[in-house]
Amino acid sequence: MRPLRFLLQKEFRQILRSKSLIFTIIFGPIIQLIILPLAANYTVKNINLAVVDHDHSTYSKKLVEKIYSSGYFLRAGYGDSYNAAADLIAHDKADIILEIPQNFEDNLVRENKQQVYLAVNAINGTKAGVGSGYLGAIIADFNNDVRLQWITPQRFTQAPTIDIVNANWYNPYLSYFMFMVPGLMVSLLTGIGAFSASLNIVREKEIGTIEQINVTPIKKWQFIVGKLIPYWFMGMIVFTVGLAVSRFMYGIIPVGNVGLLYGFLSVYLLTLLGVGLLISTFAETQQQAVSVAFFFVIIFNFISGVFTPIDSMPGWGQALAYISPMSHFASVMRMVVLKGSTFHDIQSHFIAIIILGVIFNTWAVINYRKTT
Amino acid sequence: MSAITLDNITKTYNKGSVLAVDKATFEVAEGETFGLIGPDGAGKTSIFRVLTTLLLPDGGNATVAGLDVVKDYQAIRNCIGYMPGRFSLYQDLTVEENLRFFATIFNTSIEENYALIKDIYVQIEPFKKRRAGKLSGGMKQKLALCCALIHKPVVLFLDEPTTGVDAVSRVEFWDMLKRLKSQGISILVSTPYMDEAALCDRIALIEGGKILSIDSPANTVKKYPGKLYAVKSSNMHLLLQDLRNYEGTHSCFTFGDSMHLSFKQEAEDNISKLTAYLTSKGHQQLEINEIDAGIEDYFIRITEKANG
Repeated sequence: MRPLRFLLQKEFRQILRSKSLIFTIIFGPIIQLIILPLAANYTVKNINLAVVDHDHSTYSKKLVEKIYSSGYFLRAGYGDSYNAAADLIAHDKADIILEIPQNFEDNLVRENKQQVYLAVNAINGTKAGVGSGYLGAIIADFNNDVRLQWITPQRFTQAPTIDIVNANWYNPYLSYFMFMVPGLMVSLLTGIGAFSASLNIVREKEIGTIEQINVTPIKKWQFIVGKLIPYWFMGMIVFTVGLAVSRFMYGIIPVGNVGLLYGFLSVYLLTLLGVGLLISTFAETQQQAVSVAFFFVIIFNFISGVFTPIDSMPGWGQALAYISPMSHFASVMRMVVLKGSTFHDIQSHFIAIIILGVIFNTWAVINYRKTT
Repeated sequence: MSAITLDNITKTYNKGSVLAVDKATFEVAEGETFGLIGPDGAGKTSIFRVLTTLLLPDGGNATVAGLDVVKDYQAIRNCIGYMPGRFSLYQDLTVEENLRFFATIFNTSIEENYALIKDIYVQIEPFKKRRAGKLSGGMKQKLALCCALIHKPVVLFLDEPTTGVDAVSRVEFWDMLKRLKSQGISILVSTPYMDEAALCDRIALIEGGKILSIDSPANTVKKYPGKLYAVKSSNMHLLLQDLRNYEGTHSCFTFGDSMHLSFKQEAEDNISKLTAYLTSKGHQQLEINEIDAGIEDYFIRITEKANG
């Protein structure tokens, strides 16, 4: 064990000496956790709405005011020419056109029925879908108000209606940050874990120091373990920093046991470092290692469920998500932080991550033997 | 016991399509400084990597300090020092940290073997707090030698230690090797510089993976067949062409400030005929002197024979 101690001593000395590495490991996550949740926000706001009002009645104005007062829409234009409004969409100044027909008020009052026309710029699908959804809900609400005003209240409503009452469990205010910040922490840890260890080993290959190490009595496993342990610690530090940022910046306090999170993380990091090690056995230069690591990290990220729900992926996507270590950590993270899940709830993820860890590490060690 | 033995060592790359070492056989005696002399790509580094247990040979046997390079590779790694051609120490660690690191992983300490490296280390000691990456080429090489020696190896492998090092440092380096030899360390050193070959006890000339000759530097040059002449004239460029076109010429090469020339057949009137030929070509200030062949002359001579 003595050589391992000296390897670790050397490794930590090199890490602490590399300013850029310290920066990416400590300050990188803080900055990313501060910036990314604000940027990667799915709540659609600031939808530019242009209104074409052919009616100019009290009701049409009421409807328009009701829409703008919801806070989701910005005034992009108000007029009575559809073509002028279409021009606004063409120049990307408006996202949605609401066209209110002539005699809107009259027909609504007299015939109890009216249509409005919505034109949506669907280039940004999310914005278009969510925006027209909001608009539909607001108009329906307006419709109800009008009916209440005009239809004489009866003891029984003419048509039976089902009223839906929502309760948002685990995240009562549907706070976007509660959901996204733990996910982004997983994403950051995955990036650091997959890159740093593989880059470090490949660097020794590239500058030739591995040659000098290989002619010493140091054994392969000592060299590998000597590389993994420092980055395992780094991962733990990054996670701790991340927890602190999410607590003090976003007020997220894990409902579940933090110890359980660390427990899962310790296994997750071993799995991820195995992936990094595997990459390093394939790469001869740091540039190659970065390209391969980047390839995996991108795939891990997009099928992890951090950004899009795994359940809505096609079958093969879900299968891929299952063999990607990151999706397990993402689920566990959210379950424990938001829901307070216990070990019993996450044990299937635990088993999966252990199996994946054994697979990646064994593969890496076998391949490492072959190449040297 | 020999420090190193090679018995028909063969090494190929790219699944056998590139032959790097072709049945190399030689022995290095204990305490001997043995030079492996050959141009780039001759197979020197492949031989080094086989002997330092970094590569498995495709055929043949080799031992280092009596240990088999394949079976006893762990034991070999404990008792050899290797200085690769490329500077392979940690550039972000200081001089002292590098030395201490390599001492500790061999289970020893700088203090324990200080006597062995003292002569070399005192020259870089003023910079011991400096990072290895910031050292000059000559100092890097001294540090690398210290790191290769710190565990008191029985056999020292130096792969092109003086490539890319200035002339003064090269001389200094060979002085250091002489002192190490006096400590009883066997040294295998490779170099593309023929002038350094003369400083070894014995040399092996290698080209295209084949060992062409093994002997002491003095005996090696004595093997040169026939006589060698240095030819000079006022128009050296034209001289080379004319000499090569001359019917009696065996070979002619530019060598420093003169042409080294050998004849196809040794004859009494070679010089007078050549003088007449060159004068008829308009050469002036003609100088033709018989000289002793150097290692490089011999090397060129036997490589052209080997290449047909």
